[in-house]
Amino acid sequence: MKTFDYARADSAAEAVRDHAPGTMYLGGGTNLVDLMRLGVAEPDRLVDVSRLPLDRIEQAGDRVRIGATVRNSDLAADPGIRARYPMLARAVLTGASGQVRNVATVAGNLLQRTRCAYFQDVTRPCNKRRPGSGCPAIAGDHTNLAIMGASEACVATHPSDMAVALTALGAEVHVTGTGGDRVIPMPGLHRLPGDEPERDTVLEPGELIVAVELPPPPPGAMVYRKVRERASFAFALVSIAAALDVGADGTVAGCRIALGGLAHVPWRAERAEQALLGGPATGEAFLRAAEAELEQASPLPRNAYKVPLTRNLIVSTLEGLAS
Amino acid sequence: MEITLQVNGKARTVDVDPRISLLDLLRERLGLIGAKKGCDHGQCGACTVLLDGRRALSCLALAVAVEGRAVTTVEGLASGDDLHPLQAAFIEHDAFQCGYCTPGQLCSAAGMLDEPGPSAVTEDLRTDPGLTPDEIRERMSGNLCRCGAYVNIVSAISEVAR
Ligand SMILES: Cc1cc2nc3c(=O)[nH]c(=O)nc-3n(C[C@H](O)[C@H](O)[C@H](O)COP(=O)(O)OP(=O)(O)OC[C@H]3O[C@@H](n4cnc5c(N)ncnc54)[C@H](O)[C@@H]3O)c2cc1C
Ligand code: SF4
Ligand code: FES
Ligand code: FES
Repeated sequence: MKTFDYARADSAAEAVRDHAPGTMYLGGGTNLVDLMRLGVAEPDRLVDVSRLPLDRIEQAGDRVRIGATVRNSDLAADPGIRARYPMLARAVLTGASGQVRNVATVAGNLLQRTRCAYFQDVTRPCNKRRPGSGCPAIAGDHTNLAIMGASEACVATHPSDMAVALTALGAEVHVTGTGGDRVIPMPGLHRLPGDEPERDTVLEPGELIVAVELPPPPPGAMVYRKVRERASFAFALVSIAAALDVGADGTVAGCRIALGGLAHVPWRAERAEQALLGGPATGEAFLRAAEAELEQASPLPRNAYKVPLTRNLIVSTLEGLAS
Repeated sequence: MEITLQVNGKARTVDVDPRISLLDLLRERLGLIGAKKGCDHGQCGACTVLLDGRRALSCLALAVAVEGRAVTTVEGLASGDDLHPLQAAFIEHDAFQCGYCTPGQLCSAAGMLDEPGPSAVTEDLRTDPGLTPDEIRERMSGNLCRCGAYVNIVSAISEVAR
């Protein structure tokens, strides 16, 4: 591991002030320390933000404000989150392990980096790690990589489960930086790779996430489901966060669908949502909506399995919510 | 950098390179070789310790970042000659073969027993479910055992959870 300076910030303002080129913020470290050990991240300086007084979950009017350093386990155990935003609690609980969730912060979870094996292996080229060096995943192993919104430069996926639920819920990410404060609605924090795959998000250098705010939960039932290679402690092949509100007349009054494991961003399935609104809440309609969304898919040879997997997951999840 | 942390109840002050992990600090500097290095990447749980009473992976923690906090390793679980109930149950239930994963399993189980709330397999997230074997398996999924002693690990933990 390359050597670096370490400092701990006492306030968000101090952390931002302390940030210079080569500086990285340290949350729980469960992703960043690993990437430093692998040689993928080589900061000159770490500013530890994990002890900032941003570790509370507060009701603010009809919204809920989750501090950036709230631990993943505390978020999932919060009675209000469990009762009113069960898809979020479930998404967090399906991620990583008890030990990791106890340490991982909300901000760090959102900003964790792709699990693409080439990205993590410094002996291989990778446009995300070394811009312009190429993307060996496209001709190589892309089994678990993107089928939506990828580019010729990068087909990585974003690995966070929590981010998928936050996308379906329409959460806002509150950020502070030298340019002032701003609010970034989800989806919108993460970006598609385009020809700049080295940029995962729209954050500017030095911008610090201070909180995530949840609007009131959408009406109807909600759920998070995750398909993976083993029953626990594995990243998603595909996941879904969905909410469905079926009116008294049996038509869809509201719906939210976000998909994980498919793209460089947590993917809001807007076409599927549009196809469903006002129509019947039937298996047939759910299938048409899933197909409308997946028309945009451009899978590679080894991840084409994700297309039918996602279609079936959308249909069975919506059927479960409708019944 | 000079840091002080509480290790198994004793204040320890050490001069460390910012790169050293808590795991390497415990094993190589403090002579506490209970926590094991299985993967060094967060994937196996062999290095699990308690940080301020909560289970955490010592391989992914920088020593400088845990300054001032209380660390409990497997060496600190027993009180004197009295084994921790989990240690006694692991022996009684034959919950290990080679023993390499055991310190991590023990620390993880000790932390897990105090964790509030549901898990990913809890049907109704508003409830606090009892620690059924299914719940224990899910909650302990961050601890791998190459010897496959899982069945006996779950029964040992079940006995203490009762
Ligand atoms: C074995 C293993 C399995 C896992 N499985 C899953 C899984 O199934 N699903 C899942 O979703 N995740 C999984 N994870 C990933 C885990 O959720 C992340 O490592 C964790 O959420 C990162 O949070 P952290 O606080 O430790 O972040 P860190 O590692 O500290 O930081 C991550 C990034 O965020 C930046 N950062 C941190 N805080 C801030 C802030 N306030 N403002 C701006 N930037 C900030 C850091 O600079 C860094 O770039 C797994 C991890 C491991 C080790
Ligand atoms: S998919 Fe992206 S992260 Fe993976 S090798 Fe290609 S450029 Fe790198
Ligand atoms: S050594 Fe820490 S999890 Fe494997
Ligand atoms: S007893 Fe050998 S690895 Fe678990």
